[in-house]
Parts: sequence; structure tokens; C-alpha cells
Amino acid sequence: MFSERRNLRAWLLMLPLLAVMIAVIGWPLADTVRLSLTDARLVGTGGQFVGFENFAKMFSSRNFQSAFRTTLSFTFYSVSTEMVVGVLVALLLNQRFYGRTLLRALMILPWALPTVVNATLWRLIYNPEYGALNAALTQFGLIDAYRSWLGLPGSAMAALIVADVWKNFPLVALIALAALQSVPNEIRAAAISDGANVWRRFRYVTLPYLMGPLMVALVLRTIEAFKVFDLIWIMTRGGPANSTRTLSILVYQEAFAFQRAGSGASLALIVTLMITVLAVAYLKIMRSFAGGGK
Amino acid sequence: MRLKKTAALWATAVLGGLTPMIAQAETTLNALFMAQAAYSEDDIRAMTKGFEEAHPDVKINLEFVPYEGLHDKTVLSQGAGGGYDVVLFDVIWPAEFAQNKVLVDVSDRITDDMKSGVLPGAWTTVQYDGRSYGMPWILDTKYLFYNKDMLAKAGIETPPKTWAELKADAQKIKDAGIVEYPIVWSWAQAEASICDYTTLLSAYGGDFIKDGKPDFQNGGGLEALQYMVDSYKSGLTNPNSKEFLEEDVRNIFQNGDAAFALNWTYMYNLANDPKESKVAGQVGVVAAPGVEGVSDVSAVNGSMGLGIPTTSKHPDEAWAYITYMTSQKVQDEFARLSLPIWKSSYDDPAVTKGQEELITAAQKGLAAMYPRPMTPHYQEMSMALQQGIQEALLGMNSPEDALGAAAENSGL
Repeated sequence: MFSERRNLRAWLLMLPLLAVMIAVIGWPLADTVRLSLTDARLVGTGGQFVGFENFAKMFSSRNFQSAFRTTLSFTFYSVSTEMVVGVLVALLLNQRFYGRTLLRALMILPWALPTVVNATLWRLIYNPEYGALNAALTQFGLIDAYRSWLGLPGSAMAALIVADVWKNFPLVALIALAALQSVPNEIRAAAISDGANVWRRFRYVTLPYLMGPLMVALVLRTIEAFKVFDLIWIMTRGGPANSTRTLSILVYQEAFAFQRAGSGASLALIVTLMITVLAVAYLKIMRSFAGGGK
Repeated sequence: MRLKKTAALWATAVLGGLTPMIAQAETTLNALFMAQAAYSEDDIRAMTKGFEEAHPDVKINLEFVPYEGLHDKTVLSQGAGGGYDVVLFDVIWPAEFAQNKVLVDVSDRITDDMKSGVLPGAWTTVQYDGRSYGMPWILDTKYLFYNKDMLAKAGIETPPKTWAELKADAQKIKDAGIVEYPIVWSWAQAEASICDYTTLLSAYGGDFIKDGKPDFQNGGGLEALQYMVDSYKSGLTNPNSKEFLEEDVRNIFQNGDAAFALNWTYMYNLANDPKESKVAGQVGVVAAPGVEGVSDVSAVNGSMGLGIPTTSKHPDEAWAYITYMTSQKVQDEFARLSLPIWKSSYDDPAVTKGQEELITAAQKGLAAMYPRPMTPHYQEMSMALQQGIQEALLGMNSPEDALGAAAENSGL
């Protein structure tokens, strides 16, 4: 009796929040599912029920397949580089040296910039006629003429990844740096007196303490990179020759430029589903470390 | 004490928020413009100020977005239940906007004076299926700009009249070492590349659509892309053209890094302005060239109009604003970056003075304006074509295959 009443009160207290969540998350999601089963246009007529036709069309379309591959390669290269650079920088900033505090503060700067600003900055740096990158490379004699970095498929993708890494490695570094503080000095000292070299100390002493937090950073960054939009929209708008068109950009074009709300919604749902898989992985990791882990 | 203070703050905030609402018995119109080519932001603000002075009860909120955001912003605000009372729209959108009821049909508001006074070509900008969805405002096409000093140095006396001559002249200039890449275009994966392509397509006598099916992959459409690829591969075209928009073209040209450029009207007076440009005084302009035996000149219809979104609650005030902005008086006054839509303006010395060359080019170019296809699926066709052009330029695909794939993906 007592616990039932407590239960009821708990539900009552949560009711306002639940109502808000249903209104801002549940309802739009349900409506997206409904839209994805119709041939509705963005403005104008309501649209007829077409079943799973949108999904079938999407999976078989060349645009979807190429955007999916582009998204995967952007995610893989930018996240893996961010992880490596982030950990290296964290190890460096964990050492004692003069100016460390200043460097730690400076490191946050790229991450604190809005993505729009970051993208605009990099677009200027890559400018084929007066960009800083071209100037630096020619003056050092590394290339003999200015190049169009965002104008060629291969270098455009690499340029985007560099811009993304520059902005997002600080998050990984920050998380890794925090984890490094928790490595007990006694163990490190014991390893040194046992004659373990730098690599073995990192591999067997430091890394186990880093793994949990790094997994969290990995999953968070993967989710973010998978849904990248603004960076690419500003720097290349998906070009050249659609070589940097990711899934999010395809959703935007389908729903807003071509005004096919129905198939746009189906594509958005496919992307959401993929991100959900990553989010579940994130929750699993969080739980396993909150339970018996370190 | 603290509570009192908070309450007082809240009261001030609430009252402060209310006062403008009470004081404002006037109408506020939200207008969407672009910050790119044609009239400058300053021009539009100055024109709007003139309107507000004549109509003290109407206030205009101006919003400027890049051309690339104009279409989506207009459509999205519609989906979200409105927001704008006046929007600038491109010549390629009336079909889609009419079918989806984005813009108000204003055919009955257009007076006989307007009908007879405005150039016939300008009306095609705002019409679909015999109805008008706004007033033409920016009458524009792409012209061939050239650097007079560079041509003189290379011993070229008259600007090229055909695309083949342009190529030969560019080769002379390149060989003489006057400039490394003589021609600059706007070939970024954007609508700008379609405008350059359309100019060439019209020169070669091509068609976008024939009997409801895409036809740009054949004949003149194919020759147009072949010309582009050819001039790109031969080093006559600035290779960065494939990531340039119109403003990049202007920068290159007015920096003295190109002998030829294809661009809109607005570049003429800006590139001749010593404050903006290193080549002021050397800028020549003619209608874009033709193809021997096919065309004398070539031109794309790049005009734009002002319309009223169907969600506007103040269509009457919006129309008053549009008629003011498109009036001959206002257009004549601001004729430096965009030429008027009115026939008689072209004979008015106040308009033509100091830009006689541009007016001569305009009279030929505007008469030859070739339309991009009027189809509700324009956006899709355009994006497929943009991709095809990029693939051909990058050598990923031959012009034939690139255009064939574009035709397949065009949604037509």
C-alpha cells in the first residue's frame, strides 16, 4: 500500500516532464514516421499513404549509397585521428612544464568556437587564390603553385577532416587529461623501478585507466561525426561532384530543396536508426563502467 | 527585499516589452532579399528608406541571405506558417512556387501602365502558365567582361564575337605571358554554374527539355559542356573556377588576374570603381559571344522578381512596397548595379550616362535572354546537372556520360 502510493506520487511528479518530452520528442517522431509512409510534399497537398515505398527507393538509390559511404569514411577518418591526437596532447599536457596552464586553456579554444565560425575560418585558409595554407606551403617550397584544396574530390574530403579534427580533438584531450589525473602515482613509480619502458608503462599502466573515458569520447564523437552537416554545408555544400555529400546533406536536399517531405522523412528515420545503434552502445559502455568497472 | 526587487524587475521587463506593441499602430512588413550580385545591401536599404518616408505607417524589416539560401528560406518559412510579406525570387522558381501555392497570384494587381511600360522579356521572369506571381525587379543576364589593356597588349583590337574567337584570343593572351589563366567563370557546384552553362547552351542552339524529356545531353547542350571542359583542360580557364561563385569571379577579374570573365551586370560599375578595383577604367563589356552560323550573341535569363508569400497577412501593404521598389523613378535612380525593367529608361541620359557600353551590351544581351526550363522539378534537374558539370570538369566522366547520368537523375 505504502509503496504503491509512493509510486503514484513519483509518477505524478514526473508527469509534467513526461508531458513535455512527449510534446517535443514523441510527437515529432511519431509524425516523422507517419510522413515517411506518405508521398507528402513540404508545402501544398497532404500526401497519400505509400507504405514502405520511400524506404525501398532510398535503399536502392545511388545517391543514398554514395552518401552512406561518404558519411562512413568521414566518420572513420576524423574520429580515429581525433582519438590519437587527443590522447597524445593529453599525455603532453599531463607533464609538468612551464606554461602548462596557459596551453591547457588555449587547447579548449577550437572546441569552444561555433562550428559555423570554424568552417568559415578553414574555408579562408584553404582559399585557392589567397589562402594561408597555399601561402605557407609555397613559401616553404613544399608545393610550387597554389592549389584548389576544396575543388578536388580527394583533397576536399581531407580538408574537411582536418577542419573537423582541429575543432574536436580538444574534447578527446580534455576527457583523456581528466582520466590521466586518476592514474595513481605509486603504480607508475613501481613500473619505473621495475624497469618498464615508456611504451610498456603507457600500454599496461596508463591505458587501462583511460579506456573507459576514451570509449565514451569515441562513441560521442562517432555520433556527432555521423550526423555532420554545418561544417560541410559551409565549406563545400557537398561538392565537388558530390564527393562530400553526407547523409545529413542528402536529407536536407531531399526534404527542403526538392520538397519531398515524405522521402526526406524516411531518410531522416534511417539516419536516426543508425545513430540509435551508436547511442545504445554508448549507454552499454556507461553502464558497464558505472557497475563493477573502474 | 530580494523578492521585491525581482518583482520590480519582472514588472519592468513585462511593461517594457509591451510598450512598443501599444505604440505600434503601424504595419511591419518582413522582406527577404539576397546579399549577392545586383543591387547592393546599401542600395536596398536606401530604397526602402524612401518608401518608409512616403508611408510613415509602414515599417519594413529587411533580411539579407546569400543567394544559395534564398529558395530554401522562402519555402521553409512557408512550411513554418509564414514570416515574410515580400520575397525576392529567381526566374527559375515561379513554376514550383505556383504549383505549391507559395506566392500570391498578383495578375489582377498589375496595371496597364505596368504592362506597356516594362520590357516584355522582364515579364517572363514572374509568369507561369499565363499568371503573374510578382513584379520583375532585377533584369539581368551574364555578359562577357574583358580587360581592355590586356587585349591591347596582345594585339587584339575588338572583343571576341564568337566563343571560338574567345578561345583563340585567350590563347594569344596566355602565350604572350600577360596572364596565366585568361578566362574566369563561376563553376562551383551551385546554380551559378548552370547560368554559365545555359549561356553556352543558348549559343550552341541547345535545348534543356524537348517533349517533356531532358535534351541537354544532346546537340547544343553537349557542345556547351565540351567547350567548358576543353577550355578548362587547355589551361585557358582559371582552374579554381570550379569552386568559384560570382563574387570570386569579380575578385579575380578586378585584381587583374584574368582577361575575360562571365558575370552579371553589377560587376561593370564595381570593377570600374578605383576604390574596389585594380583595373578601374580598363573594364570593357559586351554581350556574351555567339556561335558562327547558330547565334550572334548568347545570354541566360538571370532576372529576379519580388512577390508576396501566400502566408502574408498584409498583401496590400506588401504590394505597395513592391510597386515602389520596381517603379521607374526608383530603378532609374539606382541604375548603377542593376538596370531598370522599364523600356524608356534605356533612352534616358540620366540612366545611360557613364555606362553607355553596358547599355549597348544590355540591349543586345537582354533581347537574347534564354530561359532555364520552367518546371516544378527545376531544383532536382539543376542539382543533377551541377553534379554532371563537375564530374566532366574533374575528368571523372566524359561530357557525354556526365550529361547522360544527369538526364537520368534529373527527375524529369
